[in-house]
Amino acid sequence: MKKGSLFQKMAAAPHIVWMVLFIVAPMLFVLYFAFTEDGHFSLSNISTLSQYGNVFVLSIAFALIATVICLLIGYPLAYFMARSKPKTQKLLMVLIMLPMWCNLLIRTYALMALLDNGGLLNSFLESMGLDKLRIVGSDFGVILGMVYDFLPYMVLPIFTSITKLDKRYIEAAHDLGCNNIQTMTKVVLPLTASGIVSGVTMVFVPSISTFYISQKLGAGKIDLIGDTIERLFQNTSTYNVGAVISLVMMILILISVWIMNKFSDDEGGVII
Amino acid sequence: MEKEVIIDLTDVSKSFDGEIVLDHINLKIHDKEFVTLLGPSGCGKTTTLRIIGGFETADTGDVKFDGKSVKGVPPHQRPVNTVFQKYALFPHLNVFENVAFGLRLKKTPEDTIRAKVKEMLSMVNLKGFERRRVSTLSGGQQQRVAIARALINEPEVLLLDEPLGALDLKLRKDMQNELKKIQKATGITFIYVTHDQEEALSMSDTVVVMANGQIQQIGSPTDIYNEPENAFVADFIGESNIVDGIMLEDYKVRFSGHTFECVDAGFEKNQKVDVVVRPEDVDVVSSDKGMLQGTVTSVTFKGVHWEIIVDINGFKWMIQTTDFVAEGEHIGLFIEPEAIHIMNKSEFSGMFGDYSSFSDELDQLADPTEPEEEEGEE
Repeated sequence: MKKGSLFQKMAAAPHIVWMVLFIVAPMLFVLYFAFTEDGHFSLSNISTLSQYGNVFVLSIAFALIATVICLLIGYPLAYFMARSKPKTQKLLMVLIMLPMWCNLLIRTYALMALLDNGGLLNSFLESMGLDKLRIVGSDFGVILGMVYDFLPYMVLPIFTSITKLDKRYIEAAHDLGCNNIQTMTKVVLPLTASGIVSGVTMVFVPSISTFYISQKLGAGKIDLIGDTIERLFQNTSTYNVGAVISLVMMILILISVWIMNKFSDDEGGVII
Repeated sequence: MEKEVIIDLTDVSKSFDGEIVLDHINLKIHDKEFVTLLGPSGCGKTTTLRIIGGFETADTGDVKFDGKSVKGVPPHQRPVNTVFQKYALFPHLNVFENVAFGLRLKKTPEDTIRAKVKEMLSMVNLKGFERRRVSTLSGGQQQRVAIARALINEPEVLLLDEPLGALDLKLRKDMQNELKKIQKATGITFIYVTHDQEEALSMSDTVVVMANGQIQQIGSPTDIYNEPENAFVADFIGESNIVDGIMLEDYKVRFSGHTFECVDAGFEKNQKVDVVVRPEDVDVVSSDKGMLQGTVTSVTFKGVHWEIIVDINGFKWMIQTTDFVAEGEHIGLFIEPEAIHIMNKSEFSGMFGDYSSFSDELDQLADPTEPEEEEGEE
């Protein structure tokens, strides 16, 4: 027993050191910068927050819309995958995983190459004699980018929870008088809630904090929290304001994860 | 039959991936009866139940409810409810909501629901469990919730798929009595699937013995036990010594080197037959008084009786006796005419009824006792 616990401590040590160095320490720095100015304690940074209210609202709205779209696309897809034959399932899984093997930034660039003014889509439309679509630089473009980049994070946990769902529950629902729609709403959806909560969290959190998607696909016209933080940190004089906004965002994410956890069952909770 | 036929299966076949699970089954189920489909794992009993429930579609044949074909009718529109093998209670709902599930779908008024759920829960002895989560219940309690959840919908037929398989022996006995009581009280037709012959005999009005996707025999528990139709039924229901015999004439059969009087007639002269003698129907006498003589090769104490294996000309008989005999002893056996049952030869002849390789452990291995029998799943 003792031997085991010593070994366990040893095994956990590298990770603990890692966490302290790269997670706890940076957070403390954020805290420090948020509440100081020129090395002195100050609350003046907090008072600047009100200027960024619109950015927060916009970011939350964008992230929510992207998450809802991901859910609406992801759930049926995951359901279809979970119910298809092993061969189809494998193929679909590869198709969903494939983009994830590629760097997020590169994927976003790829999307730009497709949708840009002189991109594939618009050259095609032009050659057909149609009007060009202004996707890059629009709200739609940014949300499309979020959905495109984060959809796999919605599909995978939902897929897992549907495959784990015992088919007998579905049969029991039919047996007790449910038609297909009632089976879905009364049994399948509630029993896969933990997958939905995981998926929603895993899409919402990166969506609310992204900056490159809005930079690239928003063509600089759309300013989200992520972009604001990045800009503020690039200038030493606004370092402290950047820290405050980062802090608020962390709290926002914590709250949303906490709310999510409330929705999911005791089983497993949210997997992040 | 005086009772009305409620479910009628004609020429029903089903195969999964080319493997025949049901081979042209014909079965009539009468109203208000407790019918048990009995057979070893893979005999097609669960598939039969699932076809009646609408969870599987038969490849051939027809299923009729009250004389009307139910081809293409989905499970939720059939007048049946099912108690599933592993109960399949909804884990996201508490006991009350599980039981109320069917009524809620029918948009029953809330106070009716409350009254009926209460009535159901008290019928299955689960008063006061309304707010409990199903995951906090024991196996026996979950079982009761599953029964209440099905019965509250007042189905014409209740299908039960090895519902007691996961319970321990004592609880199983209690639940058997309770199920029988519930069936009598509600007057609902029960179709019960099990591989446990004792369960089948003690609960059923009618037992349907199945093997290899075919029905071997349909009859009352006493018929099945006393008048088995072939070697499979004789062996599967209780213990049997099954020996080759020749029907010399009516009421006269010769086996194991001796000619016996019996009560069976109607066979051809010198027809080869299977002879069944139940272990409890053989009397042990001194060797000079016996019709057959043999040597005791093993003696096992079973509480109520001793179970002895006797070697008679190389064929091992099992005999249950209340008189002690020692291993190695030479004894005589006396068999009354009523104890002898004659059966036609069948595909199962010679496969069962010899106890030369018998042991309790082996018997258990051969018995399909695994509760999670997944027969019929693709």
